[in-house]
Amino acid sequence: MPIFSYLAIPRNGGKDSLCAELSVLKYCQIIPASNQEVVVLVTDTPDETSEEALQGSLKKLQSLQSLSLAFGYDEK
Amino acid sequence: MMKNKGGSEVTMKLDRRRFIFSAAATSAVATAGALFPGISFADWPKITTNSGVVSWQKAPCRFCGTGCGVLVGVVEGRAVAVKGDPNCSVNKGLCCMKGYHSVQALYGADRLTKAKVRKNGEMVEVPIAEALDLVAAKLKETRDKHGKNSVAIYGSGQWTIPDGYVASKLFKGCLGTNNVEANARLCMSSAVTGFMTSFGIDEPMGCYEDIDNANVFITWGNNMAEMHPVLFSRMLANRKRRTGVKIIDFATRSTRTSQAADKSILFKPQTDLAVANAICHEIIANDWVNWNFVNEHVSFHKGKTNIGYGTEDHFAFTDQDEAINFADFKLFLADYTPEKVEKISGVSAKDIKYMASLYGDPAQKVTSFWCMGMNQHTRGTWINNLVYNIHLLVGKISTPGNSPFSLTGQPSACGTVREVGTLTHALPHGTVANEHDRQMAAEIWGVPVENIDPKPTYHTVEMFRALDRGDIKFMWIQVTNPMVTLPNLKRYRNGALKDDRFVVVSDVYPTPTTDVADVILPAAMWIEKEGLYGNSERRTQHFGQIVNPPGEAMSDTWQIIEVARRLGFEKQFPWSQENYIEKIWEEYRRFHTGPQHEMASYKTLTERSGVQWPFVNGKETRWRFNPKHDPACNNGKEFHFYGKKDNRAWIWARPYEPAAESPDSEYPFWLNTGRVIEHWHTGTMTRRISVLHNAVPSSYVELNPEDAAELGVVNGESVKIISRRGEITIPVQINGRGVPPRGMVFVPFFDESYLINEVTLDAFCPISKQPDYKKCAVRLEKT
Repeated sequence: MPIFSYLAIPRNGGKDSLCAELSVLKYCQIIPASNQEVVVLVTDTPDETSEEALQGSLKKLQSLQSLSLAFGYDEK
Repeated sequence: MMKNKGGSEVTMKLDRRRFIFSAAATSAVATAGALFPGISFADWPKITTNSGVVSWQKAPCRFCGTGCGVLVGVVEGRAVAVKGDPNCSVNKGLCCMKGYHSVQALYGADRLTKAKVRKNGEMVEVPIAEALDLVAAKLKETRDKHGKNSVAIYGSGQWTIPDGYVASKLFKGCLGTNNVEANARLCMSSAVTGFMTSFGIDEPMGCYEDIDNANVFITWGNNMAEMHPVLFSRMLANRKRRTGVKIIDFATRSTRTSQAADKSILFKPQTDLAVANAICHEIIANDWVNWNFVNEHVSFHKGKTNIGYGTEDHFAFTDQDEAINFADFKLFLADYTPEKVEKISGVSAKDIKYMASLYGDPAQKVTSFWCMGMNQHTRGTWINNLVYNIHLLVGKISTPGNSPFSLTGQPSACGTVREVGTLTHALPHGTVANEHDRQMAAEIWGVPVENIDPKPTYHTVEMFRALDRGDIKFMWIQVTNPMVTLPNLKRYRNGALKDDRFVVVSDVYPTPTTDVADVILPAAMWIEKEGLYGNSERRTQHFGQIVNPPGEAMSDTWQIIEVARRLGFEKQFPWSQENYIEKIWEEYRRFHTGPQHEMASYKTLTERSGVQWPFVNGKETRWRFNPKHDPACNNGKEFHFYGKKDNRAWIWARPYEPAAESPDSEYPFWLNTGRVIEHWHTGTMTRRISVLHNAVPSSYVELNPEDAAELGVVNGESVKIISRRGEITIPVQINGRGVPPRGMVFVPFFDESYLINEVTLDAFCPISKQPDYKKCAVRLEKT
């Protein structure tokens, strides 16, 4: 049951596209910066399988340039 | 879990996973803040609300006049957290200790949740509707029997704008009495009369952005480090970030502000008048006068002298201005050479010249800050005038960083008391004495113009004297605690307790003021109701109801509306509980139509963390009287001081005159009173927050170490403080956070167990009628 937070940097000023792509993913909450091209992503998955699936989905996002871990917690 | 003063346990019902989720979000936001300077997450509150974790809503802090924006975190209907609002330009995400702990003040165990009325000498709980019936009936009965001026309302700079507005409308517009006053008379009225006499219009010309632009800060009797800590932090940050920034603390005792300042200069009480004149003398002697500014924008005046102190009942004074010229002013200042003033003030001529050189140097941008030290002063209006004189002589005003800045003490002393005009002489626009202003009020309020009496009645001290004398027999007190705060307190408490007086108190906790009440109305506090405040820099701040009030607690605004309707004024108070704040705001802002004071719409205010007026064509005004910023300037010049009929700012020749009571052989010490950072005013809220209460659990008297040694007392021992009015016994603090000079003692007034105002003197500035809590004579006895 991990909880992670990241700083997500969009590709080529595509913050709105990134927000749109992230917001349809399960277990994701986003907090877009209002004045810079940065999005805070918080993930809260129920188990390891869901976490792995989510990681896979994140890697496929076209609008995502980089993801930097800010906080991590896992109960196992 | 925590226990507060009232003994209740404040449970943080935030489950573990929600907490971790919230910590994850906070960490990421903080990381972003470190990596991307200036980054803002405006939608954070909204999005976390959607997540169902902690809902965050904006509000202004209610614990001083700075107007910090806070985000209040709510879980399951309970306010559990506070963080600074990064989108509020006032504090940019920072709070002080009172702000961070503010929500805990909502949950003291002894919150007033039910109305009480006195029956056979005992206070008994009744439904609030029954209590409101009684209030209306007694108000009507008293007015019918003793006349319209036998009833009064006494409010607060912690009243919301709607609270004060409906109070004024009911009492001045409907009941026809000008017996409307507020505790801001005790903290800000000298600032008002200072503005009115120097500029013809109230409230500061500058804004907090002056802090980011000034090179020199001079604090005049103003312990900002404790009283306005967020603004003081901003000053310190500027000093660290920019080269050549200086802070000069000019005060009567050493404080945390003195410790952080680049230079601390101590003066003898009351002699700030002489020092300010000496600074002007020095500016002229060195030809540091900005002649272009003075010739174009300033006129010179003098008023009456030897104006008295107001210690007697029915004291009356009206100043009379007389035009003089620069040569007259220069001649007047001949008595104030630095060398002569050194002897009066204890400030060396060298230090006076140094301060003058800072104001006089054209390369320095100077901001002067003051608050209670200058306002609670028997010559409060004068010392306000004199600091303006300095800025006007050198033309350092109304431009970024050049600002004479009168800070306010309460969250809405400006918004509610000064702008709504909840003082005996005032109306929401202008004064009761002005026919045009009365007509405007009558039209907007829907009352006959004859209802509004053109004669002011009682200012605060005189209002409580009238209660003591029996001229006033009914008084409604809201959001304030005068039975702790009035000077020469015993007289006024005894007056309130007299048999045929009827006192109604609306409050959130039991206080010494509810002790004298015949009816206690439980009030909704801060974010338990919708409201608006107005802070020190002309910023109006809206907040919604975030949590429910407990029991039958009701907003002060709605209490007044309920009573007004019971008195037959349904037409003037027609609003529904769903949207009454919006309707009141939109009615009220009609009073301020026009470029000098245009206010933002309700919708705009709900969307932003405060809006500065004048708000014209969607634009806030940062610096007034400067046509680059102020839409009301229309003279085509570099500045326009449009408040005065001559379109100039006024320099006043005001002399040094001694305090109402000075130390002598019988009472050899000055008594100075004030506050500490941990507690708000009389401590009724902050003493119920365990963290703050435990930090400073009780009051004390600061003694100079040499005076303490002479008296033979050490830290923690008690001394008796005795004046001509009363005495208290109180523990001693030596070399604590504040150190008075020899011959002075200082006592914080937050603790109702040590009623220092039984010792203070009810002398006041004859122009502003604001009492001087900083100076009276006492003697000390070891107990």
